[in-house]
Amino acid sequence: MLKLYSYWRSSCSHRVRIGLNLKGLEYEYKAVNLVKGEQFSPDFLKINPIGYVPALVDGDFVVSDSFAILMYLEEKYPQPPLLPSDLKRKAINYQAANIVSSSIQPLQNLAVVKYIEEKAGADERDIWAKTHIGKGFAALEKLLKDYAGKYATGDEVFLADLYLAPQLYAAVNRFNLDMTQFPLLLRLHEAYSKLPAFQNAAPEKQPDAPSS
Amino acid sequence: MLKLYSYWRSSCSYRVRIGLNLKGLEYEYKAVDLLKGEQFSPEFLKINPIGYVPALVDGDFVVSDSFAILMYLEEKYPQHPLLPSDLKRKAINYQAANLVSSSIQPFQNLTGVKYIEEKVGADEGDVWTKTHIEKGFVALEKLLKDYAGEYATGDEVFLADLFLAPQLYAAINVINLDMTQFPLLLRLHEAYSKLPAFQNAVPEKQPDAPSS
Repeated sequence: MLKLYSYWRSSCSHRVRIGLNLKGLEYEYKAVNLVKGEQFSPDFLKINPIGYVPALVDGDFVVSDSFAILMYLEEKYPQPPLLPSDLKRKAINYQAANIVSSSIQPLQNLAVVKYIEEKAGADERDIWAKTHIGKGFAALEKLLKDYAGKYATGDEVFLADLYLAPQLYAAVNRFNLDMTQFPLLLRLHEAYSKLPAFQNAAPEKQPDAPSS
Repeated sequence: MLKLYSYWRSSCSYRVRIGLNLKGLEYEYKAVDLLKGEQFSPEFLKINPIGYVPALVDGDFVVSDSFAILMYLEEKYPQHPLLPSDLKRKAINYQAANLVSSSIQPFQNLTGVKYIEEKVGADEGDVWTKTHIEKGFVALEKLLKDYAGEYATGDEVFLADLFLAPQLYAAINVINLDMTQFPLLLRLHEAYSKLPAFQNAVPEKQPDAPSS
């Protein structure tokens, strides 16, 4: 059975959980507590020497990085597809995914946010996170304007949605970002709340979420 | 003819330039001076409303984000494939590419470093950059250990190499990172210096590079 090393609140783990759910793939959930530094434990490093979460174990093969995992799953378990066949629409999906994974998420992840808080204070941390999320969201509103339908790039769920949903979750629930200037993204956030594959992947529903 | 909006020193533009060269694709070089903020000019925003560089224009289609551009080129111009057919080796390429594009490059680009210098201190910018590069390079050494050959993931050039070459260029030539703990990466850097497709893409050879 597939094993997923995941942290309940990890945006990157959240993306993969959605993908596994969409493809109807069962997996064993293995919690790695990032706040406690469990990604540096000898047990985890033995499985994944680079210490990154999420990590997927498929037999004797370990793959980490949410994008690499999703592309691996996409090729090995092609149904339903995470990418449209149309070349341009596919490109828009890759762009949206990378805006999140390179321009937004790294700048608001746990380690970075802690660093900013240590060096510049809690208020600065929030300004930093909101600034980067806001810039990325402004870009996404423009990028998706001519492509969005029910979901980010049309009327079917594709890769962009797997990246947007966790980022929107973080922006809305963790950072309390004012979403009024991002009407398309807000609409998508609401659409995702109606999809079981997305809802079952939500942080608070994971085995390692705190029980309150 | 393809048009590439690029900045000579942009790591992300550099990746795409290598890809175009490998595939033998001619293109018109359109310089966008990021230091002068030309990515925010009305002319550029008319072409690419999200204002990101690099951007590729293919007829009436504009695609930005280095990864999305490379995947678009990969599908439209399959000569000199950028990805191996083996599923596991392909996954390693995606992982390495994302390690650079999500865990390293976002932390050494201009905007982030300037912000850190403003809010935390002038020296902190360098520390910030070096810390993230080193963490990423440690991970890359481990990731590629069992896969590298003449190049990052074997004896042929693939996607990982397109992401590594610009990052190594920046680390060695711009940041003067001590590479002694990264023997594999140093060896790859030297291998890239012998390949015309890579050398013709280097910053100082671009039309908008300063002429000294």
